[in-house]
Amino acid sequence: MKKHLSVSELIQQNKQKSRAFASIREKTIPFILFICAVISVFTTLGIIFTLLFETFTFFNRVPFIEFITSKEWLPFFESDPSYGILPLLSGTLVVAVIAMVAAIPLGLTAAIYLSEYASERTKRTLKPILEVLAGIPTIVYGFFALTFVTPLLQKFIPDLSFFNALSPGIVVGIMIIPMVASLSEDAMNAVPNSIREGALGLGATRFEVAFKIVLPAALSGIIASFVLAISRAIGETMIVTIAGGATPTLGFDVTSSIQTMTAYIVQVSLGDAAYGSTIYYSIYAVGITLFVFTLIMNLLAQYISKKFREAY
Amino acid sequence: MNTLMKSKPLNQNPIQPKQEHKKTVIEVNRLNLWYGEDQALKDIHMNIPENKATAIIGPSGCGKSTFIKTLNRMVELIPTVKITGNIFYREKNILDPKYRVEELRTRVGMVFQKPNPFPKSIYENVAYGPKIHGIKKKKILDEIVEKSLRDAAIWNEVKDRLHENAYGLSGGQQQRLCIARCLAIEPDVILMDEPTSALDPISTLKVEELVKKLKENYSIIIVTHNMQQAARISDQTAFFLNGELVEMDHTSKVFSNPRDKRTEDYITGRFG
Ligand SMILES: Nc1ncnc2c1ncn2[C@@H]1O[C@H](COP(=O)(O)OP(=O)(O)O)[C@@H](O)[C@H]1O
Ligand SMILES: [Mg+2]
Repeated sequence: MKKHLSVSELIQQNKQKSRAFASIREKTIPFILFICAVISVFTTLGIIFTLLFETFTFFNRVPFIEFITSKEWLPFFESDPSYGILPLLSGTLVVAVIAMVAAIPLGLTAAIYLSEYASERTKRTLKPILEVLAGIPTIVYGFFALTFVTPLLQKFIPDLSFFNALSPGIVVGIMIIPMVASLSEDAMNAVPNSIREGALGLGATRFEVAFKIVLPAALSGIIASFVLAISRAIGETMIVTIAGGATPTLGFDVTSSIQTMTAYIVQVSLGDAAYGSTIYYSIYAVGITLFVFTLIMNLLAQYISKKFREAY
Repeated sequence: MNTLMKSKPLNQNPIQPKQEHKKTVIEVNRLNLWYGEDQALKDIHMNIPENKATAIIGPSGCGKSTFIKTLNRMVELIPTVKITGNIFYREKNILDPKYRVEELRTRVGMVFQKPNPFPKSIYENVAYGPKIHGIKKKKILDEIVEKSLRDAAIWNEVKDRLHENAYGLSGGQQQRLCIARCLAIEPDVILMDEPTSALDPISTLKVEELVKKLKENYSIIIVTHNMQQAARISDQTAFFLNGELVEMDHTSKVFSNPRDKRTEDYITGRFG
């Protein structure tokens, strides 16, 4: 007859069998995980180090003061090249501003609709569509800007040049709408239903609940989503390279050709700038400027959402 | 809905004695409610007297919350809900789709189980109701805020920090703030769904005192699973079981001499 074992005895037996293996596993797994974490941190540090190192070489040849004050970016001038980041910066900012003007109203409206009005079923259909939109390769958006949006805009603005800031700006905006909508919706979703019920219980309409309760309560998350979207717009490359042009111009003329920081880096990378030339090093200086801007934006977004977050 | 609306508000409740000399503020008539296929309220008849506290007791899941949320139509927020029957508030059928819910909810206010202040200042919490109903003058709002906070017995605790966030208050204070928020629009009826279940004993006592005082001016319907509480503060008690109203009578009668065996079993702790 088989001896009857209690559950606690079974557990005891199994423990003894596996104890040796378990102790090795418990010690090695954290070590492997730690190595993986360290590798990813060091990769990032390596990239930053390379950027800094090459940038340093650049500033040995071009004074830092010229870089930040000169109003002209003319690296390809054989006789008298000029390396002033301002035109690239203004190109980048113009595109980012146009993008935000397009993306904020639409993205926020979509978020309010999804969070406060849409039924569960509508939500389940619309959210995946938004996510698909966010997954479209940016080169597709670039050709969309060049071959569809620019010709369309030219019908309304006759002196809009073939390459301009307006069209890629709008299309970058379209590209980041899903991001604004989805992050803002997350922020509004985090407002607990009990608070909405409190307001409805006082006779508030849905509109009053959405705009006077949910929106203010979720404001920090919403603003953080805007800042992240700006950061994304600043870093966007393909759309502005394809439809924005390659003419660094300081100013805010949206109808003529411009160049952004990212587009300049692409231009040099694709061209045949000789290794070791000043032009070659200039893309690192531009790259680090870009990095600093997006880093500031991301830190700002984090700060806003932490500092002003409501603990419900 | 139309055929149901035709039935007149009659006192045809077999299990509830006719209330002499007292005005009825809400009359519930043949009320049935389903969540999808599941029936949560079954043929409820009830008269709720004016300026009294009516307690609703019963084991959890018997439909107490569903019932009081029907009285201000908050239950409609759940999309699967279907309702038949009539609820007359001051002689008007509130289940009539033409009855505006916003109008109803300004007359029939609600205090929830868990304190749910808005993430705003104490002042803004109380002023929110009057503001959405069009009161904008700072002076009038100031008066409303002070009066409501006084009536909710919390003025002395918060008068020096009106512009601080309501989330800095304790749970008991938050609940009294929610009561003040409700009083600020001067409702006629106040629904309370287990308002003390998330509070400590001292805060519970304060809220109970408050209810006893408030019923001089308001008709109060309070859900509680604490029978001592029902006995302490209510004039009428209704006992629900499995979606049915088993018995409703004067509180002293329900607790000393219940008519129904199931009520007796419940209040003597034999089940539930
Ligand atoms: N949102 C809902 N969806 C479906 N069923 C529900 C919902 N809310 C409550 N119910 C059901 O209705 C019945 C009554 O619930 P409720 O009114 O919350 O009871 P009580 O407040 O007395 O504890 C329960 O059987 C519960 O499962
Ligand atoms: Mg309940």
